[in-house]
Amino acid sequence: MAKAVKLIGAFGSPFVHRAEVALRLKGVPYELILEDLTNKSELLLRHNPIHKTVPVLLHGDRPAICESLLIVEYVDEAFDGPPLLPIDPYDRAMARFWPQFIEQKCSMPFWMAVWLDDGEAREGFVRDTRANLCLLEARLQGKRFFAGDAVGYLDFAACGLAHLLGPIEEVAGESLVGAAEFPALRRWAEAYTSDEAVSACLPPREQLVANFAGKKDKIKMAVNAMVQRS
Amino acid sequence: MAAAGAEASCGGEDEGLTLLGFWSSPYVLRVRFVLNLKGIPYKYVEEELFGDGTKSALLLASNPAHGGKVPVLLHHGRPVAESLVIAEYVDEAFPDRRPRLLPSASDPHERAAARFWAACVDQKLVPAWAPVFCGRTLEERVKAAGELVAVLEMFEGVLAGGRTEFFGGESAGLVDVALGGFIWWLRASEAMCGVKTIDPARTPLVAAWAERFSALDGVREMAPDMPTLLEYHQWTRARFGLPFLPLHQPPL
Repeated sequence: MAKAVKLIGAFGSPFVHRAEVALRLKGVPYELILEDLTNKSELLLRHNPIHKTVPVLLHGDRPAICESLLIVEYVDEAFDGPPLLPIDPYDRAMARFWPQFIEQKCSMPFWMAVWLDDGEAREGFVRDTRANLCLLEARLQGKRFFAGDAVGYLDFAACGLAHLLGPIEEVAGESLVGAAEFPALRRWAEAYTSDEAVSACLPPREQLVANFAGKKDKIKMAVNAMVQRS
Repeated sequence: MAAAGAEASCGGEDEGLTLLGFWSSPYVLRVRFVLNLKGIPYKYVEEELFGDGTKSALLLASNPAHGGKVPVLLHHGRPVAESLVIAEYVDEAFPDRRPRLLPSASDPHERAAARFWAACVDQKLVPAWAPVFCGRTLEERVKAAGELVAVLEMFEGVLAGGRTEFFGGESAGLVDVALGGFIWWLRASEAMCGVKTIDPARTPLVAAWAERFSALDGVREMAPDMPTLLEYHQWTRARFGLPFLPLHQPPL
Protein backbone atom coordinates (compact mmCIF):
# COMPACT_ATOMS: atom_id res chain seq x y z
CA MET A 1 0.00 0.00 0.00
CA ALA A 2 1.41 3.42 -0.89
CA LYS A 3 2.69 5.42 2.04
CA ALA A 4 0.71 8.54 2.97
CA VAL A 5 2.02 11.86 1.70
CA LYS A 6 1.48 15.04 3.69
CA LEU A 7 2.61 18.51 2.74
CA ILE A 8 2.95 21.26 5.34
CA GLY A 9 2.28 24.56 3.59
CA ALA A 10 1.01 28.10 3.93
CA PHE A 11 -1.37 30.32 1.99
CA GLY A 12 0.04 32.03 -1.08
CA SER A 13 3.56 30.68 -0.78
CA PRO A 14 5.13 30.15 -4.20
CA PHE A 15 7.49 27.64 -2.56
CA VAL A 16 4.59 25.51 -1.33
CA HIS A 17 3.01 25.86 -4.78
CA ARG A 18 6.10 24.32 -6.39
CA ALA A 19 5.75 21.23 -4.21
CA GLU A 20 1.99 20.96 -4.86
CA VAL A 21 2.38 21.21 -8.62
CA ALA A 22 5.08 18.53 -8.58
CA LEU A 23 2.81 16.16 -6.63
CA ARG A 24 -0.16 16.87 -8.91
CA LEU A 25 1.83 16.41 -12.13
CA LYS A 26 3.00 13.03 -10.81
CA GLY A 27 -0.53 12.12 -9.80
CA VAL A 28 0.39 11.65 -6.14
CA PRO A 29 -2.46 12.17 -3.67
CA TYR A 30 -1.49 14.26 -0.64
CA GLU A 31 -2.92 15.92 2.42
CA LEU A 32 -2.20 19.64 2.68
CA ILE A 33 -1.67 20.97 6.21
CA LEU A 34 -1.87 24.75 6.28
CA GLU A 35 0.33 26.66 8.73
CA ASP A 36 -0.15 30.06 10.27
CA LEU A 37 3.41 31.33 9.77
CA THR A 38 2.97 33.94 12.52
CA ASN A 39 2.32 31.08 14.94
CA LYS A 40 4.27 28.05 13.72
CA SER A 41 3.08 24.66 14.83
CA GLU A 42 5.06 22.10 16.78
CA LEU A 43 4.68 19.81 13.77
CA LEU A 44 6.50 22.27 11.49
CA LEU A 45 9.22 23.12 13.99
CA ARG A 46 9.84 19.44 14.72
CA HIS A 47 10.15 18.50 11.05
CA ASN A 48 12.11 21.55 9.90
CA PRO A 49 14.18 22.67 12.87
CA ILE A 50 16.96 24.15 10.70
CA HIS A 51 14.98 26.55 8.54
CA LYS A 52 11.52 26.51 10.20
CA THR A 53 9.91 27.19 6.81
CA VAL A 54 7.32 25.66 4.52
CA PRO A 55 6.96 23.55 2.46
CA VAL A 56 7.82 20.33 4.29
CA LEU A 57 7.03 16.95 2.74
CA LEU A 58 6.25 13.97 4.92
CA HIS A 59 6.27 10.63 3.10
CA GLY A 60 5.27 7.76 5.34
CA ASP A 61 7.41 7.67 8.43
CA ARG A 62 10.72 8.76 6.82
CA PRO A 63 12.28 12.00 8.05
CA ALA A 64 10.90 15.14 6.43
CA ILE A 65 12.08 16.59 3.13
CA CYS A 66 12.50 20.36 3.30
CA GLU A 67 13.27 23.08 0.73
CA SER A 68 10.83 23.35 -2.18
CA LEU A 69 13.15 22.46 -5.06
CA LEU A 70 14.58 19.51 -3.13
CA ILE A 71 11.01 18.32 -2.58
CA VAL A 72 10.40 18.60 -6.34
CA GLU A 73 13.48 16.50 -7.11
CA TYR A 74 12.48 13.99 -4.44
CA VAL A 75 8.97 13.68 -5.89
CA ASP A 76 10.50 13.23 -9.34
CA GLU A 77 12.73 10.40 -8.11
CA ALA A 78 10.44 8.67 -5.61
CA PHE A 79 7.27 8.39 -7.69
CA ASP A 80 6.51 7.01 -11.13
CA GLY A 81 4.94 9.28 -13.68
CA PRO A 82 6.07 11.83 -16.27
CA PRO A 83 9.52 13.24 -15.44
CA LEU A 84 9.51 16.69 -13.86
CA LEU A 85 13.14 17.51 -14.63
CA PRO A 86 14.71 17.09 -18.07
CA ILE A 87 16.57 13.83 -18.73
CA ASP A 88 19.71 15.23 -20.38
CA PRO A 89 22.40 16.22 -17.80
CA TYR A 90 23.05 19.62 -19.41
CA ASP A 91 19.34 20.46 -19.55
CA ARG A 92 19.08 19.39 -15.90
CA ALA A 93 21.96 21.71 -15.02
CA MET A 94 20.16 24.59 -16.77
CA ALA A 95 16.93 23.72 -14.95
CA ARG A 96 18.78 23.80 -11.61
CA PHE A 97 20.66 27.04 -12.35
CA TRP A 98 17.79 29.31 -13.38
CA PRO A 99 15.66 29.17 -10.19
CA GLN A 100 18.59 30.58 -8.16
CA PHE A 101 19.05 33.32 -10.74
CA ILE A 102 15.33 34.10 -10.69
CA GLU A 103 15.18 34.30 -6.90
CA GLN A 104 18.32 36.39 -6.40
CA LYS A 105 18.28 38.53 -9.54
CA CYS A 106 14.60 38.92 -10.34
CA SER A 107 12.30 38.22 -7.40
CA MET A 108 14.43 39.95 -4.77
CA PRO A 109 15.09 43.20 -6.68
CA PHE A 110 11.45 43.23 -7.84
CA TRP A 111 10.25 42.96 -4.23
CA MET A 112 12.57 45.80 -3.19
CA ALA A 113 11.64 47.96 -6.17
CA VAL A 114 7.86 47.78 -5.67
CA TRP A 115 7.82 48.46 -1.95
CA LEU A 116 10.69 50.93 -1.51
CA ASP A 117 10.09 54.66 -1.29
CA ASP A 118 11.42 56.66 -4.23
CA GLY A 119 15.12 57.24 -4.32
CA GLU A 120 18.45 56.04 -5.63
CA ALA A 121 18.15 52.63 -3.99
CA ARG A 122 14.79 52.03 -5.58
CA GLU A 123 16.07 53.09 -9.00
CA GLY A 124 18.90 50.59 -8.69
CA PHE A 125 16.49 47.76 -7.94
CA VAL A 126 14.20 48.78 -10.80
CA ARG A 127 17.14 48.70 -13.20
CA ASP A 128 18.31 45.30 -11.96
CA THR A 129 14.81 43.83 -12.12
CA ARG A 130 14.28 44.98 -15.70
CA ALA A 131 17.73 43.92 -16.89
CA ASN A 132 17.44 40.47 -15.38
CA LEU A 133 13.85 39.93 -16.49
CA CYS A 134 15.06 40.68 -20.04
CA LEU A 135 17.25 37.59 -19.80
CA LEU A 136 14.19 35.54 -18.85
CA GLU A 137 12.15 37.14 -21.62
CA ALA A 138 14.86 36.05 -24.08
CA ARG A 139 14.67 32.46 -22.83
CA LEU A 140 10.94 32.38 -23.51
CA GLN A 141 11.17 33.49 -27.15
CA GLY A 142 9.17 31.15 -29.34
CA LYS A 143 8.16 28.97 -26.39
CA ARG A 144 4.91 28.63 -24.50
CA PHE A 145 6.64 27.48 -21.32
CA PHE A 146 10.29 27.54 -20.21
CA ALA A 147 10.23 23.75 -20.53
CA GLY A 148 8.69 23.82 -24.03
CA ASP A 149 5.09 22.88 -24.88
CA ALA A 150 4.14 21.69 -21.42
CA VAL A 151 4.73 22.93 -17.87
CA GLY A 152 8.06 21.70 -16.51
CA TYR A 153 10.40 22.17 -13.59
CA LEU A 154 11.60 25.65 -14.49
CA ASP A 155 8.04 26.87 -14.99
CA PHE A 156 6.92 25.98 -11.52
CA ALA A 157 10.29 26.97 -10.08
CA ALA A 158 9.55 30.44 -11.52
CA CYS A 159 5.89 30.31 -10.47
CA GLY A 160 6.15 33.34 -8.17
CA LEU A 161 6.69 35.47 -11.24
CA ALA A 162 3.53 34.06 -12.78
CA HIS A 163 0.94 34.42 -10.04
CA LEU A 164 2.34 36.91 -7.55
CA LEU A 165 3.64 39.71 -9.78
CA GLY A 166 0.17 40.93 -10.75
CA PRO A 167 -1.33 41.06 -7.23
CA ILE A 168 1.82 42.68 -5.78
CA GLU A 169 1.92 45.36 -8.49
CA GLU A 170 -1.79 46.04 -7.96
CA VAL A 171 -1.44 46.49 -4.19
CA ALA A 172 1.78 48.51 -4.44
CA GLY A 173 0.39 50.66 -7.25
CA GLU A 174 3.39 49.97 -9.47
CA SER A 175 3.87 48.59 -12.96
CA LEU A 176 7.37 47.27 -13.51
CA VAL A 177 6.67 44.22 -15.63
CA GLY A 178 4.56 45.72 -18.41
CA ALA A 179 3.10 43.69 -21.26
CA ALA A 180 4.74 45.98 -23.82
CA GLU A 181 8.23 45.44 -22.46
CA PHE A 182 7.82 41.78 -21.46
CA PRO A 183 5.23 40.25 -23.81
CA ALA A 184 6.60 36.71 -23.60
CA LEU A 185 6.70 36.78 -19.78
CA ARG A 186 3.13 38.08 -19.58
CA ARG A 187 1.95 35.40 -22.05
CA TRP A 188 3.82 32.75 -20.05
CA ALA A 189 2.26 33.93 -16.78
CA GLU A 190 -1.20 33.67 -18.36
CA ALA A 191 -0.48 30.22 -19.82
CA TYR A 192 0.99 28.97 -16.56
CA THR A 193 -1.81 30.14 -14.28
CA SER A 194 -4.42 28.69 -16.67
CA ASP A 195 -2.88 25.22 -16.80
CA GLU A 196 -5.23 22.65 -15.31
CA ALA A 197 -2.82 21.03 -12.86
CA VAL A 198 -1.40 24.39 -11.80
CA SER A 199 -4.62 26.30 -11.28
CA ALA A 200 -5.89 23.60 -8.92
CA CYS A 201 -3.24 24.62 -6.40
CA LEU A 202 -3.13 28.37 -6.98
CA PRO A 203 -4.89 30.67 -4.54
CA PRO A 204 -7.52 32.88 -6.23
CA ARG A 205 -6.12 36.25 -7.34
CA GLU A 206 -8.59 38.23 -5.20
CA GLN A 207 -7.42 36.41 -2.07
CA LEU A 208 -3.78 37.15 -2.89
CA VAL A 209 -4.57 40.84 -3.46
CA ALA A 210 -6.47 40.98 -0.15
CA ASN A 211 -3.60 39.21 1.61
CA PHE A 212 -0.97 41.66 0.35
CA ALA A 213 -3.24 44.66 0.94
CA GLY A 214 -3.56 43.61 4.58
CA LYS A 215 0.21 43.41 4.99
CA LYS A 216 1.16 46.38 2.78
CA ASP A 217 2.17 48.84 5.49
CA LYS A 218 4.17 46.27 7.42
CA ILE A 219 6.00 45.19 4.26
CA LYS A 220 6.83 48.76 3.22
CA MET A 221 8.15 49.56 6.69
CA ALA A 222 10.33 46.45 6.79
CA VAL A 223 11.74 46.93 3.27
CA ASN A 224 12.53 50.62 3.81
CA ALA A 225 14.14 49.87 7.18
CA MET A 226 16.31 47.18 5.56
CA VAL A 227 17.66 49.67 3.03
CA GLN A 228 18.25 52.38 5.69
CA ARG A 229 20.33 49.93 7.72
CA SER A 230 22.59 48.82 4.87
CA MET B 1 49.47 31.46 -7.83
CA ALA B 2 49.11 31.17 -11.60
CA ALA B 3 49.06 34.41 -13.58
CA ALA B 4 45.65 35.59 -14.73
CA GLY B 5 44.42 33.92 -17.86
CA ALA B 6 47.00 31.20 -17.37
CA GLU B 7 45.91 27.80 -18.43
CA ALA B 8 46.84 24.51 -16.90
CA SER B 9 45.98 21.08 -18.16
CA CYS B 10 44.94 18.64 -15.51
CA GLY B 11 44.79 14.94 -16.24
CA GLY B 12 44.75 12.75 -19.30
CA GLU B 13 42.78 12.66 -22.53
CA ASP B 14 40.53 15.52 -23.42
CA GLU B 15 36.91 15.41 -22.23
CA GLY B 16 36.29 18.92 -23.60
CA LEU B 17 36.19 20.49 -20.15
CA THR B 18 37.48 23.93 -19.21
CA LEU B 19 37.08 25.34 -15.71
CA LEU B 20 37.24 29.10 -15.22
CA GLY B 21 38.31 29.76 -11.65
CA PHE B 22 40.08 31.78 -9.00
CA TRP B 23 42.70 30.20 -6.75
CA SER B 24 41.19 31.04 -3.38
CA SER B 25 37.50 30.71 -4.19
CA PRO B 26 35.89 27.97 -2.06
CA TYR B 27 33.29 27.53 -4.81
CA VAL B 28 35.94 26.94 -7.47
CA LEU B 29 37.73 24.53 -5.12
CA ARG B 30 34.53 22.48 -4.86
CA VAL B 31 34.52 21.92 -8.62
CA ARG B 32 38.24 21.11 -8.72
CA PHE B 33 37.71 18.54 -5.95
CA VAL B 34 34.91 16.90 -7.91
CA LEU B 35 36.89 16.68 -11.15
CA ASN B 36 40.10 15.59 -9.40
CA LEU B 37 38.46 12.97 -7.16
CA LYS B 38 36.75 11.48 -10.21
CA GLY B 39 39.96 11.62 -12.26
CA ILE B 40 38.29 13.65 -15.01
CA PRO B 41 40.76 15.70 -17.08
CA TYR B 42 40.14 19.41 -17.63
CA LYS B 43 41.81 22.68 -18.61
CA TYR B 44 41.98 25.20 -15.79
CA VAL B 45 41.99 28.95 -16.48
CA GLU B 46 42.89 31.28 -13.60
CA GLU B 47 40.75 34.40 -13.88
CA GLU B 48 41.90 37.85 -12.82
CA LEU B 49 38.78 39.02 -10.99
CA PHE B 50 40.14 42.18 -9.38
CA GLY B 51 42.78 44.75 -10.01
CA ASP B 52 43.90 45.89 -13.43
CA GLY B 53 43.64 42.52 -15.14
CA THR B 54 40.74 41.82 -17.39
CA LYS B 55 38.53 38.78 -17.24
CA SER B 56 39.23 36.19 -19.88
CA ALA B 57 37.29 36.26 -23.13
CA LEU B 58 35.76 32.93 -22.16
CA LEU B 59 34.34 34.27 -18.89
CA LEU B 60 33.04 37.42 -20.55
CA ALA B 61 31.41 35.40 -23.33
CA SER B 62 29.80 33.09 -20.80
CA ASN B 63 26.12 33.67 -20.16
CA PRO B 64 25.48 37.18 -18.75
CA ALA B 65 23.19 35.53 -16.20
CA HIS B 66 26.34 34.14 -14.62
CA GLY B 67 27.34 37.70 -13.69
CA GLY B 68 30.99 37.18 -14.58
CA LYS B 69 31.41 34.99 -11.51
CA VAL B 70 33.49 31.88 -11.17
CA PRO B 71 33.36 28.92 -11.23
CA VAL B 72 32.06 28.38 -14.74
CA LEU B 73 32.56 24.95 -16.28
CA LEU B 74 32.56 24.79 -20.08
CA HIS B 75 31.80 21.38 -21.53
CA HIS B 76 32.38 21.35 -25.28
CA GLY B 77 31.80 25.10 -25.10
CA ARG B 78 28.51 24.98 -23.17
CA PRO B 79 28.70 26.81 -19.83
CA VAL B 80 27.43 25.58 -16.46
CA ALA B 81 27.53 27.92 -13.45
CA GLU B 82 26.93 27.67 -9.67
CA SER B 83 29.31 25.28 -7.94
CA LEU B 84 26.71 22.78 -6.64
CA VAL B 85 24.88 22.77 -9.99
CA ILE B 86 28.24 22.08 -11.67
CA ALA B 87 28.99 19.30 -9.16
CA GLU B 88 25.71 17.49 -9.90
CA TYR B 89 26.21 18.06 -13.63
CA VAL B 90 29.63 16.39 -13.57
CA ASP B 91 28.20 13.53 -11.49
CA GLU B 92 25.42 12.97 -14.05
CA ALA B 93 27.39 13.65 -17.25
CA PHE B 94 30.13 11.19 -16.23
CA PRO B 95 28.11 8.45 -14.49
CA ASP B 96 30.89 5.86 -14.66
CA ARG B 97 33.43 8.02 -12.83
CA ARG B 98 33.71 7.16 -9.14
CA PRO B 99 33.12 8.32 -6.51
CA ARG B 100 29.47 9.14 -7.19
CA LEU B 101 28.58 12.32 -5.33
CA LEU B 102 25.04 11.29 -4.46
CA PRO B 103 23.60 8.04 -3.08
CA SER B 104 22.09 5.70 -5.64
CA ALA B 105 18.86 6.48 -7.49
CA SER B 106 17.17 3.72 -5.50
CA ASP B 107 17.28 5.92 -2.39
CA PRO B 108 15.67 9.30 -3.20
CA HIS B 109 15.42 10.07 0.48
CA GLU B 110 19.18 9.89 1.07
CA ARG B 111 19.76 11.88 -2.12
CA ALA B 112 17.45 14.63 -0.82
CA ALA B 113 19.32 14.61 2.51
CA ALA B 114 22.69 15.03 0.74
CA ARG B 115 21.36 17.92 -1.35
CA PHE B 116 19.84 19.51 1.76
CA TRP B 117 23.09 19.53 3.73
CA ALA B 118 25.13 20.68 0.74
CA ALA B 119 22.70 23.61 0.33
CA CYS B 120 22.99 24.28 4.08
CA VAL B 121 26.66 25.10 3.64
CA ASP B 122 25.64 28.02 1.42
CA GLN B 123 22.56 28.96 3.43
CA LYS B 124 24.01 28.79 6.96
CA LEU B 125 27.79 28.54 6.91
CA VAL B 126 28.54 31.27 4.36
CA PRO B 127 26.43 33.99 6.06
CA ALA B 128 28.04 33.03 9.38
CA TRP B 129 31.49 33.20 7.81
CA ALA B 130 31.08 36.63 6.17
CA PRO B 131 31.32 38.69 9.40
CA VAL B 132 34.44 36.78 10.44
CA PHE B 133 36.10 37.88 7.21
CA CYS B 134 34.57 41.37 7.09
CA GLY B 135 34.20 42.26 10.76
CA ARG B 136 35.15 45.88 11.47
CA THR B 137 36.54 45.12 14.93
CA LEU B 138 38.19 42.14 16.59
CA GLU B 139 35.17 41.81 18.88
CA GLU B 140 32.83 41.54 15.89
CA ARG B 141 35.00 38.86 14.32
CA VAL B 142 35.26 36.86 17.54
CA LYS B 143 31.49 36.96 18.07
CA ALA B 144 30.91 35.89 14.45
CA ALA B 145 33.42 33.06 14.81
CA GLY B 146 31.44 31.78 17.79
CA GLU B 147 28.28 31.68 15.68
CA LEU B 148 30.17 29.90 12.93
CA VAL B 149 31.19 27.17 15.39
CA ALA B 150 27.49 26.71 16.16
CA VAL B 151 26.84 26.08 12.46
CA LEU B 152 29.63 23.51 12.36
CA GLU B 153 27.99 21.81 15.35
CA MET B 154 25.04 21.14 13.05
CA PHE B 155 27.36 19.33 10.65
CA GLU B 156 28.89 17.51 13.64
CA GLY B 157 25.40 16.14 14.27
CA VAL B 158 25.17 14.89 10.68
CA LEU B 159 28.48 13.01 10.99
CA ALA B 160 27.48 11.62 14.38
CA GLY B 161 24.22 10.31 12.90
CA GLY B 162 25.88 8.75 9.87
CA ARG B 163 28.85 7.21 11.68
CA THR B 164 30.90 7.20 8.49
CA GLU B 165 34.28 8.57 7.43
CA PHE B 166 32.77 11.08 5.06
CA PHE B 167 29.39 12.80 4.78
CA GLY B 168 29.04 10.78 1.56
CA GLY B 169 29.67 7.46 3.35
CA GLU B 170 32.75 5.39 2.51
CA SER B 171 33.92 7.99 0.00
CA ALA B 172 33.55 11.75 -0.42
CA GLY B 173 30.23 13.00 -1.73
CA LEU B 174 28.37 16.24 -2.45
CA VAL B 175 28.32 17.45 1.17
CA ASP B 176 32.05 16.73 1.64
CA VAL B 177 32.86 18.75 -1.45
CA ALA B 178 30.45 21.56 -0.51
CA LEU B 179 31.93 21.98 2.98
CA GLY B 180 35.45 21.02 1.90
CA GLY B 181 35.90 24.13 -0.25
CA PHE B 182 35.82 26.22 2.95
CA ILE B 183 38.31 24.20 5.02
CA TRP B 184 41.27 26.56 4.48
CA TRP B 185 39.21 29.69 5.05
CA LEU B 186 37.86 28.15 8.26
CA ARG B 187 41.40 27.29 9.37
CA ALA B 188 42.41 30.88 8.63
CA SER B 189 39.98 32.18 11.28
CA GLU B 190 42.51 31.53 14.03
CA ALA B 191 44.97 33.95 12.47
CA MET B 192 42.17 36.42 11.74
CA CYS B 193 40.71 36.62 15.24
CA GLY B 194 42.22 33.99 17.50
CA VAL B 195 39.21 31.67 17.32
CA LYS B 196 39.59 28.15 15.96
CA THR B 197 36.36 27.59 14.05
CA ILE B 198 37.21 23.96 13.31
CA ASP B 199 37.77 23.13 16.97
CA PRO B 200 38.40 19.50 17.99
CA ALA B 201 37.07 20.35 21.45
CA ARG B 202 33.70 21.53 20.10
CA THR B 203 33.35 19.48 16.89
CA PRO B 204 35.71 16.49 17.07
CA LEU B 205 34.09 14.64 14.16
CA VAL B 206 34.21 17.67 11.87
CA ALA B 207 37.83 18.32 12.86
CA ALA B 208 38.81 14.71 12.07
CA TRP B 209 36.80 14.87 8.84
CA ALA B 210 38.62 18.08 7.79
CA GLU B 211 42.01 16.38 8.28
CA ARG B 212 40.86 13.31 6.38
CA PHE B 213 39.23 15.18 3.50
CA SER B 214 42.05 17.66 3.02
CA ALA B 215 44.56 14.79 2.81
CA LEU B 216 42.77 13.07 -0.08
CA ASP B 217 44.54 12.80 -3.44
CA GLY B 218 42.90 15.39 -5.63
CA VAL B 219 42.13 17.65 -2.67
CA ARG B 220 45.54 17.97 -1.02
CA GLU B 221 47.16 19.44 -4.12
CA MET B 222 44.54 22.19 -4.30
CA ALA B 223 45.22 23.55 -0.80
CA PRO B 224 45.84 27.30 -0.99
CA ASP B 225 49.04 28.46 0.70
CA MET B 226 47.96 29.81 4.12
CA PRO B 227 50.22 32.91 4.30
CA THR B 228 49.13 33.87 0.77
CA LEU B 229 45.48 33.32 1.71
CA LEU B 230 45.85 35.58 4.73
CA GLU B 231 47.64 38.23 2.69
CA TYR B 232 44.88 38.07 0.07
CA HIS B 233 42.25 38.52 2.79
CA GLN B 234 44.00 41.65 4.11
CA TRP B 235 44.20 43.01 0.56
CA THR B 236 40.50 42.30 -0.03
CA ARG B 237 39.54 43.99 3.26
CA ALA B 238 41.56 47.06 2.27
CA ARG B 239 39.93 47.07 -1.15
CA PHE B 240 36.48 47.21 0.47
CA GLY B 241 37.50 50.00 2.84
CA LEU B 242 37.50 47.81 5.95
CA PRO B 243 39.79 48.78 8.84
CA PHE B 244 43.14 47.02 8.92
CA LEU B 245 43.22 44.48 11.76
CA PRO B 246 46.54 42.77 12.43
CA LEU B 247 46.73 39.00 12.22
CA HIS B 248 46.24 37.38 15.57
CA GLN B 249 49.39 35.31 15.31
CA PRO B 250 52.11 34.93 12.70
CA PRO B 251 50.89 32.93 9.70
CA LEU B 252 51.82 29.26 9.94
